This record gives sequence, C-alpha cells and structure tokens, in this order.
Amino acid sequence: MDFLTEFFQFLKARRKFWLAPILLLVLLFGGLIVLSQGTALAPFIYTLF
Amino acid sequence: MRIIGVSAYYHDSAAALIEDGVVRSAAQEERFTRKKHDAAFPQNALRYCLAQAGIALRDVDHVVFYEKPFVKFERLIETYVRNAPKGFASFRMALPLWVKEKLFQRRLLTEELRKIDDAFEASRLLFSEHHLSHAASAFYPSPFEDAVVLTLDGVGEWATTTVGIGQGRSLRIEKEIHFPHSLGLLYSAFTYYLGFKVNSGEYKVMGLAPYGEPRFKALILDKLLRLNEDGSFALDQDYFNYSTGLTMTNDRFAELFGEKLRSPEKDLLTQFHMDVAASVQAVTEEVVLRLTRHLARVHGSKNLCLAGGVALNCVANGHVLRDGKFENVWIQPAAGDAGGAVGAALAAYHLEFEKPRNVARRDGMKGAYLGPEYSADEIRSALTDAGAVFEEVSDSVLIDTAATALAEGKALGWFHGRMEFGPRSLGARSILGDARSPTMQKLLNLKVKYRESFRPFAPAVLREDVSQWFDLDCDSPYMLLVAPVAAERRREMSPEEQKLFGIDKLNVQRSSIPAVTHVDYSARVQTVHEDTNPRFHALISAFKDKTACPVLVNTSFNVRGEPIVCTPADAYRCFMGTEIEMLVCGNFVLHKANQPKNLQKDYSAQFELD
Repeated sequence: MDFLTEFFQFLKARRKFWLAPILLLVLLFGGLIVLSQGTALAPFIYTLF
Repeated sequence: MRIIGVSAYYHDSAAALIEDGVVRSAAQEERFTRKKHDAAFPQNALRYCLAQAGIALRDVDHVVFYEKPFVKFERLIETYVRNAPKGFASFRMALPLWVKEKLFQRRLLTEELRKIDDAFEASRLLFSEHHLSHAASAFYPSPFEDAVVLTLDGVGEWATTTVGIGQGRSLRIEKEIHFPHSLGLLYSAFTYYLGFKVNSGEYKVMGLAPYGEPRFKALILDKLLRLNEDGSFALDQDYFNYSTGLTMTNDRFAELFGEKLRSPEKDLLTQFHMDVAASVQAVTEEVVLRLTRHLARVHGSKNLCLAGGVALNCVANGHVLRDGKFENVWIQPAAGDAGGAVGAALAAYHLEFEKPRNVARRDGMKGAYLGPEYSADEIRSALTDAGAVFEEVSDSVLIDTAATALAEGKALGWFHGRMEFGPRSLGARSILGDARSPTMQKLLNLKVKYRESFRPFAPAVLREDVSQWFDLDCDSPYMLLVAPVAAERRREMSPEEQKLFGIDKLNVQRSSIPAVTHVDYSARVQTVHEDTNPRFHALISAFKDKTACPVLVNTSFNVRGEPIVCTPADAYRCFMGTEIEMLVCGNFVLHKANQPKNLQKDYSAQFELD
C-alpha cells in the first residue's frame, strides 16, 4: 500500500498521469515474466540500472 | 546533525557520514567484500562509518539515498515506449529486476538498515537526485564560496550532463542534457567497441589514447555526435544500441570505423584501436572544453567544480585547467557514483535542511583519507596471524629504510593511516617505486600488477617541487589532472625512435622520470602535501635527499581485478602474491626474502580481470 501511495505521489509530482495505464500494463506484464522465469537476474547493461 | 549518504545497486556502492556538514568518513563496499565495483547495499561501509564515529544508527538523523529509483524507472519505460517494439529483449531482461527489487527500493533500503538497527524508521530515509548528488559532492567540499558546477556521466535518472551554480550553501541546477545524449555513454560505447569492460575499462581507453593518432575525430563529430558551439550535444542513435539493446554499439557503428568489435580474448590491440582511442579522447576533450569555455563566458565565475564519471578523465581535466578560462578547478576525488554518497548527504544537509556551509581552506575531503585505519596492535595481530616475519621500527628508521629500498629500485608496498575514498591510491594504500628507473613501468605492470603493459603509472611529487618537474603549479592532490613533464626533464627521442609506433614507443626512455612519463610526455600528477599526509610527504622528502628526485611512482595496492587493499591482512596477502620486495605497514617493516616461502601464493586468478 505504501508503494502505491508513493507511486501516486510520484506521478503527481512529475505530472505524468498519462504514464499510469502504461505503467500498470508494464507491471502486469513484468509480473508475468517474473512468474514465468522465477529469476531477477539481468545482464549488466549500462542504462538498465 | 548527522547524515549518512548511501550509493548502491548500480556499481561502486558506498557509504559516507557527515556531521554538521563536515565529511567524517566514507568508504566503498568493494574494499570490505573484496568484490571489485561491488553494487550491493554497503552494509560493511555503513557499519564502518558508524564505528569510526563511535555512534549507532539511531544517533544518525537521516539516511539519504543518492538517486530516485522511480524517476529512473520512468526513464526506462518512456524509452521503451518510444522505441517499441524495438527493445523487447532488453525490456524482458530488465523488467523482472525492476518489478522484483528496484521499484521497491525504499522497502529494500529500510530492510537493510534494520539489519543494523531494527528500530530504524522508514521516514528517516530520504532520496536525492543522481546529478544533484554529483553536483553537491563537487561543490560543497570544494574550497570555493561560489562556483560553476559541471557534472558529466553516463546517465542518472534522466540527466547525463548538468550545469549548476553554487553560492554559499545554495546549489541550483540550471541546465541539463538528457538521456540518450550522453558523453559518458559515448566514451563507454567506444570502451565496449575496443573490447574493454564498460564502467571500468574507460581508464584503459584513456591510457591507450596517447599511442594513437586521432584520425577518426572528424568522423565521430560528423556522424556520431552533433556538437554545438556551447558544448551541448546530441548523439545519433542510429549507431548505438544502449537505449534498447543488450550491447552498447551496433553493426552500423562497426561499419563506420571499418573493423568489427574487438574481442578481448582473441584480438590483439593494434594501431587501429589506438587511433580509435585517441579519437574518442580528442572528441571528449573538445566537448568538455566547449562546455567549460561557454560556462566561463556566460557565468563569469573564476571557479569550476567537476564531478560525474567523466570528471575522472584527468587528461580532459588537465586541458580545462591549462585552457585558463577558469582560474581554479576542483574535482571531487570520488567523482564516480561512490562519491554520490557524500553528495547525497551534503545536499540534504544544505538544501533540504538549509544548514549553513563553512568553506574548508584546502577542501572538505581531507585528502580523501576517509576510510578505515588500524592501530599498531591491530596490525601486529593481523601480521602475526598471517604468519608474517616483521620488525617494528621507529618513524625515522622506517622512513629511512623505505626511502633506501626505493632508491635501490625495489617495489614497495606502503600501507599507512586511513584508506583513501575514491578510485585512486594516494599514499595510504599504495605500491611505490623509483620514478627514475627505466624498467619500473614494465616491472610493476607485468610482475606486480599483472596488467596490460601499455598502461602508464602516475607520479606522486612533493607539492613544493611540482613545478620543477611538471608543467603544473597548482594542487593536484587527487591525481585528477594530467600535465606534461617539464621540458628540461624530457629526453628528446632520436629520429629512429620517433618513427616507432604504438607500444614500441613505451620502451623508449623519454625523460629523467621514465616510469611515470607516458608516450606523449604526459603524467597524471599527484601533489603530496605535508598537512594531509605527513608521513608520505616525509618518505618522498627522504627519497629526494638520497636521489635529488622528489617523485615516486604511485600505483594502487592491488593486483589486476582486485579492489585496493583495505586491511593489513589484505596488504600482506597482496605482498606475498606479487613481486613486491618490501612492505611497510604502519611502523612494521617486512622484507620478502624473510617471509616463509610456503606463504607465497599467486592469488591473482581469484579475481575476474577488469
């Protein structure tokens, strides 16, 4: 819950509410990927971190 | 007020403690865990900061993380959306990490802090911004009341380059260049193309550059980088792959230069690679000089502060200084992300809590000697446990013994006082040698450091003598300025020697201090000051008395791929694993010849090469 509150505050502060649906989709999709592969290891790519 | 700054989860994680605006301690986690560029939460470094101050975490008012994870995530998502469907592979790789960990960094950080103090409240955790942390690390510890503050690195949240104005306790970021346009990423793309590791091999590109000719500079400026008169720039993304791919550059990049990506295992370094390195270095200098000239013209300040990974490019820094547009230049010694820990804490103190700033006379980084130190009892005990044979001597005998060994051409391990913060060894955890020796560079590279023979070594010189040996007459205590060796110390190369190319030039003696003279007569100078490191100053003075030369080779106390030594036990292990002939550890002297033979172990294979 804290996370969602903070996330809402972030969108508000950055005035990027248009990102909300995209972020939701991304998080759902990301959740699926996590569930399907069960690992959170990514190759070290400069700009991803 | 006590504030702890933390940088973590990318590379070079670190913790720093400031007390009433004064930097008390700072250390990188890699020194404790012995994992180079360790990105884990800096548990050990943080515990060290607390122990050094004799306090508990509950005595600290706030902990500040050096960047904002949500804004970084916003950049990732917007980049993917903009480039979709391109970048799906990268997206699939990156997202689980973010969804599982990085988005929940407040919780993650709180959990880590509760391992130290289970009553730690999440409300005491604050978040700075990546480039504000860099800018604060450059301005607040600087000796300037006011300054222009330039930060340049790969990327933080969105910014890759920022210009700020520091005045007293205030620091305003005025301009930013945003991802994907980044000088740091341009340099890293070339580091990658030349077969070195991104985020650590950039030094090698800089060291390789003097062997080459910048014959691709015009091509880079024509095709890869649109550079404006004021130093602002944009990269043509058609040649890069870092925004959406799993590599830094693409095939088009390789086609532009006419050779494929270099494989570090299979392909030897050729003149082509040296010319590419020289070209990207020349472009970097051009960008930095245009930026600083424009800033000097527009802002009229005589002081410049630099931070961010690109500020570790000491060749470019030397050009900025000699360009003379700013009278004074101060560079944060931990200019990379580790220094963000110091900056985050200072930004919170002065900006969030509006506390006043006292400008330090020399600077606020205390010579970068901010890490752990060990008492005589601790050193004796560690050496005894390791099975070492040693003798304890007085200060005067110690200095004389060490200076004599150096004058005889021996490689000396030098361990004394508080460990340095930042990537450079500055005379607390150093391997030292005679700069006059024509064989020292090769000896240290191949038998002590086990690293590539093309890499140069840096000189440590008495501050009072610097102008007699180098074209430099200002403080350079952090080895972040490159300057030419003074003309009268140089030896001109014969016409035959002039014709040599690349690494063959290295074997030519080019000055009376060949071990620290690069092929273009340049040197990465460290000035040694009596007030910040009196013992190191005394050693070089004693060496000067014996040899009339106030210059020593100073390189980091480690082997290739290993973090710089932290404890006496680390120092002894490195001493026994290399051909260092003498180790001075506090007031204890150790001769290699006296050590038990069974303790001599090559341990360099333990570390992944950098």
